[in-house]
Order: sequence, then C-alpha cells, then structure tokens
Amino acid sequence: MAKTTTLTFALMDAPFESARTTTAMRLLDIATRRGYEVNVFAYEGAVMLPFALQKGHLNLAHGNDAEQENHPLPKDWIDALIRQAEAHGGHLRWVNCGLCVDERGAGEAIEGIKTGTPADFWQMASTSDNTLVIPTQ
Amino acid sequence: MRVLQIITSAYRATMEEQDDTVVWLTQAMRGAGGELDLLLTGDSVNYAVAAQDAAGLSFGDWRQTQPPSLPRDIAALIAKKAEVYLLDEDCQELGVSGPDLIPGVLPIARGDLPELLDRYDQVWRW
Repeated sequence: MAKTTTLTFALMDAPFESARTTTAMRLLDIATRRGYEVNVFAYEGAVMLPFALQKGHLNLAHGNDAEQENHPLPKDWIDALIRQAEAHGGHLRWVNCGLCVDERGAGEAIEGIKTGTPADFWQMASTSDNTLVIPTQ
Repeated sequence: MRVLQIITSAYRATMEEQDDTVVWLTQAMRGAGGELDLLLTGDSVNYAVAAQDAAGLSFGDWRQTQPPSLPRDIAALIAKKAEVYLLDEDCQELGVSGPDLIPGVLPIARGDLPELLDRYDQVWRW
C-alpha cells in the first residue's frame, strides 16, 4: 500500500490583506483533492482566517445585495477544504496558534479548528514529507 | 530533522509583540525539542546589534514597560546552542560590523549559503 503524502503549511497573513492567502488556499485545495494528509499551523494574523463571525456584505458599487455578492469568506473556504479532504480520504488538520488567538480575541472559530502551540507546528512538520512556510512580508 | 529559519522581514510588529515573531517561534519550537537554527538577512541582521533600545513607547497615559530586545533574544538562542548566522553582505550594506555585534553570531558570505543550506533537512523562509 502506497504511503500517503503528508504536507504541513504555516500561514501568517490575516484575511483580506494579501493574495498569498488565496494562493495558500489553492495549494490546500490541490493537496486535499489528492487525498493527502494536510496540516496547517496558523500563526499571527492567520488565526483570523477561520474566525466564525466573518460576515459577507452587500456591494453597492457592484449593484449587488449581500446574497448576490456572495462575498468570499476565508472561514467558508476552510470549511469547504476540511470537508473536501475527508471526501477524498484525507484530512485537513488546522491548528491556530493559541497565543495569537488570545491577542486577537479570535476564539470563535468554525468547527474543526484546534488551538495549539509551536510544539504542534514542530510535531506536524517533523512528521510530514515537507513543509511550506507562507509568511507575511 | 534540522531546520534553518531564514528571516527576511525585520522588525515586523516587534513593538506590539515585544519580540520578533519568528525568533520567538524558533525559541518555542526549540523548547519543544525542535532542532532549528537562524539566518538573519536584510534588515534583520540588525537584530544582532548590541546597542539598540526600543524603550520609551507611550500613548496617553499608557507606557510600554517591556519593550522588545532583539539582541537579548538572539543572545538567548545562542546561549541555548542555536547557531545564528548573519548574511555578511547585508551587514556591510547597513554598516554593521564586528564591534557592533553581540558575541556568538556567525557572519556568512552569500557565496557560502549553498553549503550552509545543504546542512539542513528543511529551510523555512519567513
């Protein structure tokens, strides 16, 4: 039986700040479609990515109400990726840095998000085939 | 597994965080058993300059009592046997030289980076 690929990602950017977040999600999308075991350690502003209270809004410049606008929310992307991973026989394990959560009052995360420490990051990275850091610049 | 952490973004939110977040992360993961060293590049070579003082920040009646001290944090890593490298060309560009630096940091020339990187299983660039 072939060994399952395990990848770890460290993300750092807060939502709605950088195209790096979308790129990271594209990589997670590919990895979860392939049934990989995928770990994410969300550090600093990235702990806001799965924040449950994100809310879409209307966009008068587009002439759309909130429903028509269907505003992208990173928490929904993450939820979809967690479900996609399971549907393809893998897992997406997302760990928010706990101190970073406390700093930002970001405790209300969507279902499936764990809170941890840098020790979790080291454990995930050291048991993965590779690790990609996508930092704030 | 050995990991080299390369810092490229310097002084990112150090006043709010009271440290550099990647230096802190390196300390924390080493505390959890990780084998990680540090390469300071760009403006972050200044973390090894001893004579810097970030004290004195205040807003209204709020005073920062625990300012960041990057040289202290770098020295703490070195004291715990971490290797901390400074990119020599970036030091020269910023006018940072030996007498300015805390003891124990290891200048390295750009041309020697391939050999350094090759010593590590993974390289994480922040």
